[in-house]
Amino acid sequence: MKFKGLDYYDVAGLLSEEEILVRDTVREFVEDNILPIIEKHYSAGTFPMDLIPKMADLGMFGSTLPAKYGCAEMNNVAYGLMMQELERGDSGIRSFASVQSALVMYPIFTFGSEQQKDFWLPKLAKGEKIGCFGLTEPDYGSNPGGMITRAEDKGDHYLLNGAKMWITNGTIADVAVVWAKLNGVVHGFLVEKGTKGFTAPEMKGKHSLRASVTSELIFQDCKIPKENIFPKTDGLKSPLMCLNQARYGIAWGAIGSAMTCYDTALNYAKSRIQFGKPIASFQITQEKLVHMVTEITKAQLLCLQLGRLKDQKKLRFQQVSLAKRNNVNMALEIARVAREILGANGILDEYPVMRHMANLESVKTYEGTHEMHTLIVGEDITGIPAYV
Amino acid sequence: MKFVACINHVPDTEAKIKIGSGGNAIDRTGVNYILNPYDEFAIEAALQLKEKKGGETFAVTLGGDSHKETLRKALAMGIDKVILLKDDSVRDSFSVAKALADELKKLTPDFIFFGKQSIDYNGEQLPGLVAEMLGIPSVSTVVKMSVEETKVICEREIEGGHEVVETSYPVVISAQKGLNEPRYPSLKGIMASKSKPIEERQPIAVPSAAEVVGMQKPPSKQSGKIVGTDATAVPELVRLLHEEAKVI
Ligand SMILES: Cc1cc2nc3c(=O)[nH]c(=O)nc-3n(C[C@H](O)[C@H](O)[C@H](O)COP(=O)(O)OP(=O)(O)OC[C@H]3O[C@@H](n4cnc5c(N)ncnc54)[C@H](O)[C@@H]3O)c2cc1C
Ligand SMILES: Cc1cc2nc3c(=O)[nH]c(=O)nc-3n(C[C@H](O)[C@H](O)[C@H](O)COP(=O)(O)OP(=O)(O)OC[C@H]3O[C@@H](n4cnc5c(N)ncnc54)[C@H](O)[C@@H]3O)c2cc1C
Repeated sequence: MKFKGLDYYDVAGLLSEEEILVRDTVREFVEDNILPIIEKHYSAGTFPMDLIPKMADLGMFGSTLPAKYGCAEMNNVAYGLMMQELERGDSGIRSFASVQSALVMYPIFTFGSEQQKDFWLPKLAKGEKIGCFGLTEPDYGSNPGGMITRAEDKGDHYLLNGAKMWITNGTIADVAVVWAKLNGVVHGFLVEKGTKGFTAPEMKGKHSLRASVTSELIFQDCKIPKENIFPKTDGLKSPLMCLNQARYGIAWGAIGSAMTCYDTALNYAKSRIQFGKPIASFQITQEKLVHMVTEITKAQLLCLQLGRLKDQKKLRFQQVSLAKRNNVNMALEIARVAREILGANGILDEYPVMRHMANLESVKTYEGTHEMHTLIVGEDITGIPAYV
Repeated sequence: MKFVACINHVPDTEAKIKIGSGGNAIDRTGVNYILNPYDEFAIEAALQLKEKKGGETFAVTLGGDSHKETLRKALAMGIDKVILLKDDSVRDSFSVAKALADELKKLTPDFIFFGKQSIDYNGEQLPGLVAEMLGIPSVSTVVKMSVEETKVICEREIEGGHEVVETSYPVVISAQKGLNEPRYPSLKGIMASKSKPIEERQPIAVPSAAEVVGMQKPPSKQSGKIVGTDATAVPELVRLLHEEAKVI
């Protein structure tokens, strides 16, 4: 049966015709192109590279950026719905789109020179070039301000040294947006594949986000041309602005994972007979399903208003933190409960539940851990920072 | 050249259909409507032919305001202009065909594409009727098509095989699954469709030739029967399939 999503409160009634068409188009794309192949890639630990041109054709990369770069110029609600549907497929596929759009195209668009924009954005939109975003380091995750990676001004070039870790798309990227300190201040650099001294080995052994490439980036005396620095950054605030874009999409994406886990659990509960009855007829199971519907409905309304605020340019980053924190946690919890309802079947790759559950463990940690978002909102409402 | 796709807005294939209180129409409440799946092939055929030959693409539908959703999808897929023949009344295929033919006469298209049928009432009448009313050839259930100079060569599905037909244009072609792979509306196309107008026109009034007097749901499925669980059950299974189910 085709996936219909969950819309208990007629939230679709608050969407425009175009927003609905975006949602339905991506939903169909996921049904046709992602679901048939995803389990195979997940178990092999590979990213489905042949999806890239298809996603690009549809316009999924940098889709909120201006049409002059070949982008769809969608509003933020439509972008969110796209992320929701992609993550219904798999968090790894959504991660690819998030990185390409929010962590690579967005900073080039926001902090880049005209020349950088004109050169990179159309190629990234078409999927001819792939990007990655290097902020996290082995010793600096939640606290990126302490980063060790540094650049030195050598007159006609910068000399880059250091290492990044946990970088989505690193090994397959043509260009890395790398954050490094120059005279003690964080700056962004475009590091191209093939730069001497730059390697990007893939990290192996993940139990989560297996259909996504995660890599180390290693820089040993890399000569970076002067024109590859972002001219318009403002210290650590700039990479954090990128993360804020990506987190916004993740808040929506988590709803997609939650909806498919709910849908799977509901169908299973209605057809699985124990003690002579469908397990959906037991009160405990009903309570679980009702909890899922309630939490998903709340998350949908939360995201919709978040998107409207973003489109009206009234959004505060703390509001994004609240949504990312709430929605990813709710999706993870729903995945776990859905697994319970499926009993032993819940652990099989015949159902998407366990894959989503394992993926969401990463999603809960990246783009600011659940705890860091707690501290961000905590500081916002109390006025007291509690990071150290 | 002008390429027109005639399209329809129909209940979703998975909609649970209930018969309305009058007994002769479906109850539309809670039913989700979509672009008729076969019409996606018609739209794609028009788009592909325009890409090859140059010209303009149109999509035409007859129905109420709700049909605008389907026209938007056509725009998002890349159709240049869309026309809504605005009429919410109940019409039979003959009356719809008359109204479409009247509009198409003014448009003077070179190619008119339909889906081979609408999945709502499965009439399969419109393409033939419209071609007849326009006095032009019509080829149905087409799975392959090529255009050379003035010739149109179509492969159509027939019982147990394919038939190759040669004709000229203007022509009406009804599309069968396999004719092409309909594109997704691009996100850019969807955003751009917002600013494209939907032209509304008043279709001519034509009395229906047939009237729906009643609708019935098919009898509900009988429960299955397990004949046996190993090879010894095969003869009995074959006998039942032959004598009772009459399928072999
Ligand atoms: C699959 C995957 C893909 C990723 N992709 C990218 C990418 O593309 N680019 C990129 O730059 N990074 C990426 N990351 C890295 C990710 O952003 C970091 O893992 C994240 O920021 C957390 O850092 P850490 O893992 O070093 O954990 P740590 O910072 O070491 O945190 C460990 C634990 O301590 C808690 N903690 C830390 N500080 C505090 C505090 N002050 N108060 C209370 N609790 C605290 C954390 O919440 C966490 O629970 C990715 C990670 C994963 C798993
Ligand atoms: C890795 C693995 C190894 C295993 N090894 C063995 C083994 O060696 N030998 C063996 O015999 N079995 C084994 N099992 C099977 C295991 O014991 C069963 O999975 C377990 O008893 C649950 O049964 P089920 O999976 O059919 O779920 P179901 O019984 O179908 O339950 C599905 C869901 O419905 C709930 N439910 C069921 N009935 C009710 C009710 N009346 N009221 C409320 N909720 C209800 C359950 O709690 C569960 O959440 C194994 C399972 C796994 C996953």
